Amino acid sequence: MSNNSSAELHGIIAEYHTVEEILAAAETVREAGYTRWDCHTPMPVHGLDRAMGVRETRLPWVVLIAGLTGGGLGVLMQWWMNAIDYNYRISGKPDWSLPANIPVAFETTVLFAAFAAFFAMWIANGLPRWFNPLSRNARFARATDDRFFVAIQASDPMFDQDATAAMLSSSGAHAVETVEEPDETSRPPAVFRGAVWSLVSLAMLPLFLVAMARYNTSDKPRVHLVPDMDFAKRIKAQAVSDLFADGRGTRPPVAGTFALEDMEAVGADPAYYTGKLGDSFVTDFPLEVTPELMQRGQERFGIYCAVCHGDDGRGKGMVAQRAAVLSPATWVAPTDLHTQPVVDLASGQLFDSISNGVRNMPGYSSQISYQDRWAIVLYTRALQRSQAASAQDIPEGVNLR
Amino acid sequence: MANTAELTHAELDNIIDPPALVQGKDDLASITDTVCNVAENKPPRAWYIAFLISLGVLGMLGASIVYLVITGVGVWGNNQPVAWGWPIVNFVFWVGIGHAGTLISAVLYLFRQGWRTGINRFAEAMTIFAVICAGMFPAIHVGRIWVIYWVFPIPNQMALWPNFRSPLLWDVFAVSTYFSVSLLFWYMGMVPDLASLRDRAKKKMSRLLYGIFALGWTGANRQWHRYERVYLLLAALATPLVLSVHSVVSFDFATSQLPGWHTTILPPYFVAGAIFSGFAMVVTLAVPARALFGLRNLITMRHLELMNKVILATGLMVGYAYAMEFFISWYSGNKYEGFAFVNRAFGSYAWAYWIMVSCNVLVPQIFWFKRFRRSIPVMFVISIFVNIGMWFERFVIVVTSLNRDFLPSSWHYFSPTYVDFATLIGSFGLFLTLFLLFCRFLPQVAIAEVKLQTPHAHAHHGDDH
Repeated sequence: MSNNSSAELHGIIAEYHTVEEILAAAETVREAGYTRWDCHTPMPVHGLDRAMGVRETRLPWVVLIAGLTGGGLGVLMQWWMNAIDYNYRISGKPDWSLPANIPVAFETTVLFAAFAAFFAMWIANGLPRWFNPLSRNARFARATDDRFFVAIQASDPMFDQDATAAMLSSSGAHAVETVEEPDETSRPPAVFRGAVWSLVSLAMLPLFLVAMARYNTSDKPRVHLVPDMDFAKRIKAQAVSDLFADGRGTRPPVAGTFALEDMEAVGADPAYYTGKLGDSFVTDFPLEVTPELMQRGQERFGIYCAVCHGDDGRGKGMVAQRAAVLSPATWVAPTDLHTQPVVDLASGQLFDSISNGVRNMPGYSSQISYQDRWAIVLYTRALQRSQAASAQDIPEGVNLR
Repeated sequence: MANTAELTHAELDNIIDPPALVQGKDDLASITDTVCNVAENKPPRAWYIAFLISLGVLGMLGASIVYLVITGVGVWGNNQPVAWGWPIVNFVFWVGIGHAGTLISAVLYLFRQGWRTGINRFAEAMTIFAVICAGMFPAIHVGRIWVIYWVFPIPNQMALWPNFRSPLLWDVFAVSTYFSVSLLFWYMGMVPDLASLRDRAKKKMSRLLYGIFALGWTGANRQWHRYERVYLLLAALATPLVLSVHSVVSFDFATSQLPGWHTTILPPYFVAGAIFSGFAMVVTLAVPARALFGLRNLITMRHLELMNKVILATGLMVGYAYAMEFFISWYSGNKYEGFAFVNRAFGSYAWAYWIMVSCNVLVPQIFWFKRFRRSIPVMFVISIFVNIGMWFERFVIVVTSLNRDFLPSSWHYFSPTYVDFATLIGSFGLFLTLFLLFCRFLPQVAIAEVKLQTPHAHAHHGDDH
């Protein structure tokens, strides 16, 4: 046993080689009535808690409370964010329904409980600790390898250097040594402290900048770290643009485009494009009438016209029926195409109505091509004929059911 | 056992008194030496070669991510209707790999399975690194990664909060909680071992660094007492957590209204698949590592054989799930559901489906034979097959359900681009780089916990108990 009385005494350590020895020694020390002491072992030794008289830790309660707090906060957060502060109205679902919030609440429960368990354990253990006087003892390094130690602190009320050492020697210790209190080496080196503080300060810098930006106004444009679509390459009229090979921002009209006033000058047929010759509507078709054109007209009629006018043209389309129910006061019913005034209209006028609209009906010139408009007119004529037909109109050989 | 007379003496001995978990010299100092020497000595040449290759592959990952971020997600093969594509396949693959780590460290701890101690550190490290790889994929898949913070409930400039009814947001919480808790669990388990490394360190720098991370641990019993209690609590928290994480991942699919995804079997099926693929990855990593770093006495044949048994059992579970999916799709009488599954097995991705079935269901059946369960080359090859098969499982689930959706006019055959390949292969570079660094500098085996499994940790070990 070394006895160096120049420094203040921290305590006495005793070394043991087996689990049996440390268990026996622990009982001896406990029975002697020491309170400020501990056993240091390379792995947890089961039975040592009882031998030392260590009371059960209360940490599980901390974990339970933290877990409940985490779960509660998880629910509260979701309730505030989705039911109060920003509602997501999706498919008529309620603003607040607990089942959808269980997974996240579960995760926050586990998160809080685990963090509390981890940090509370280190705090209760008095760690992290920069310096431990016991580490000054060369033997003690094997406490994390293959040796078992009892360490009794000098601050224990029962402590008496000689009596304590004698007791430990008689408990079967292979070695008993004193450990001195540390000197100034117990503090981390200045470089290390400096590095930690600079890192902490640097880590605060972004937060500080965010806070500064948050509570200040500026007349400068914002910083575009990522431009996203803030600076789209849009085309300005009469300006140069590098989007096109010829460098012109304003695009020339596609080939074959002409102004309506120039129709005759370029040799286009006004009857085909407007349904009019001069001021009067044409009655003939300005294009060749074929069975294909008729079928095309039937198809287009089904797509564009039948929703209002109905498949049979009597103005009982789905939209018309629905609108008549929803707003009976203001709805103007679509025209029955089989009334005499409509039957009497010139084909050119039907073409004009499709192109430019009439009353409630919008113009379809942007959606239906010229030829298709004529095809629809042709089909409308066939429809009118079919709805006003008599038995004599049925061709020979067609079987009526 | 129906008839003990058929068992040989050796087999009977094995059942009554299985081989010790620590082979060779099992005194406490030898265990410390075996594990710490790896971190203290220069690593074998193979480590340097593997590290250089991994670093190169990691560079490829970095390059493909930079290219992706500055160009946009169009560099991938993702397109309507397969908008999820490989990134989500890779995400589910990696997050599944991670689960074996938590299972070995937490679930087997709760069940008092002593054999976990040889491999748990290892497997937990695998969890951490796999979850890093996994988390990367949804993050880069959002397209505009610079606004990824929108997924977190932090106040932003649009005064918007995330939608907590979305399973994709549950994923954010589940995976980030899983990562944090796994990290705490891993680190906490490592502290006593870092203290061992600190107390043996010869060089000042390693003493300082190990000392900082060992937090001043001296193995005091009053500290061990709280430590063990909290370790148990963390295990008890991590166990439902690991189940919740892969269930939530499966909710990404199961809560959608898509045939092939919209099934209640998905959560348990995903969890079983995750454990399956995770154990396969542990075997893939443990087999070379124990040879390379001289850990054969700590990661013994018994450890490997037990893991192979888990692979066999979970392989049967996923096989059952594959069959049950077909049964339910027929039993439901829903023709869209039926089509989705017939399309899986016989549609344009039939090749992927049958790779999956062969690798995951057929190949592991070889583990019924003890000879193959204990053969290093066989288990290594099979673990690779399982890894491949489980990647294809996620591919089959994600791609076949999407590529032929409700509108036949938008059916589309998904093909990956070279960037997809570079990102997937690169993620292995990230994983292996981290793993090799871990092998080099940290205790690969839980020293204190392995010591607890030896007779020296218990009083009266000479007695016949």
